[in-house]
Amino acid sequence: MIYEPAEDSELLLEVALREVREEDEVVEIGAGSGFVAERLKGKCKFLLTTDISPYAAKELRKKGLDVVRTDIAKGVKKKFSLVLFNPPYLELEDHLKKGDWLDVAVDGGRGGIEVIERFLNSLDEILTSNGRAILIASSYNEPQIYDLIEGLGFKYDIVGRRNLFFEKLYAIKIWRE
Amino acid sequence: MRRKLLEILACPICKSDLKVEVHEESEEEIISGKLRCKKCNVEFPIENGIPNMLPPELRT
Repeated sequence: MIYEPAEDSELLLEVALREVREEDEVVEIGAGSGFVAERLKGKCKFLLTTDISPYAAKELRKKGLDVVRTDIAKGVKKKFSLVLFNPPYLELEDHLKKGDWLDVAVDGGRGGIEVIERFLNSLDEILTSNGRAILIASSYNEPQIYDLIEGLGFKYDIVGRRNLFFEKLYAIKIWRE
Repeated sequence: MRRKLLEILACPICKSDLKVEVHEESEEEIISGKLRCKKCNVEFPIENGIPNMLPPELRT
């Protein structure tokens, strides 16, 4: 019932390990099984995880991580210098939906970009002024995702890639001008 | 949840501060209780050590 770590999780981990600094206060949104967050423990000043799924939240707590069950980071008022998110970025077709928490982990809504859009819209509230976010996305989300980022006045750079058989995965670093 | 986390939580609906009511706790953690928004009065449960900050209509 929890999303199993996959290529996207590995990409986020690789980039996060490169990006994280000791003085960072980090939040991983939709942290799922905790694959990324548990490997960042001790590498930053503060580390919080969030997930909307009760199963993921339970697993994150079991791993000794600070966890809040919430949508994106809505129940959190703190700002973070490093924000990590491996979102649902695919559009799950109706006949593939099972109506369970795995759907929520995978289904990004129309164009696979609805959750990403909600995340980007709330990023200003979550990110410190000099903060950076690392967002995983798929070639499936191009080019709309870049329009969304720029439309909100953020800068971005692609800082990691994985070429899969059927799509490309990107780690997008986002920050303010 | 570690008590320290209380400082960083807010109502997901109106972002106001919360009032905590602890039902069960250990030395390090709040195990169960309630968080109530000081402004809109909505309650958010803390269950099995996890604060559930989903608005009531999203809780399942």
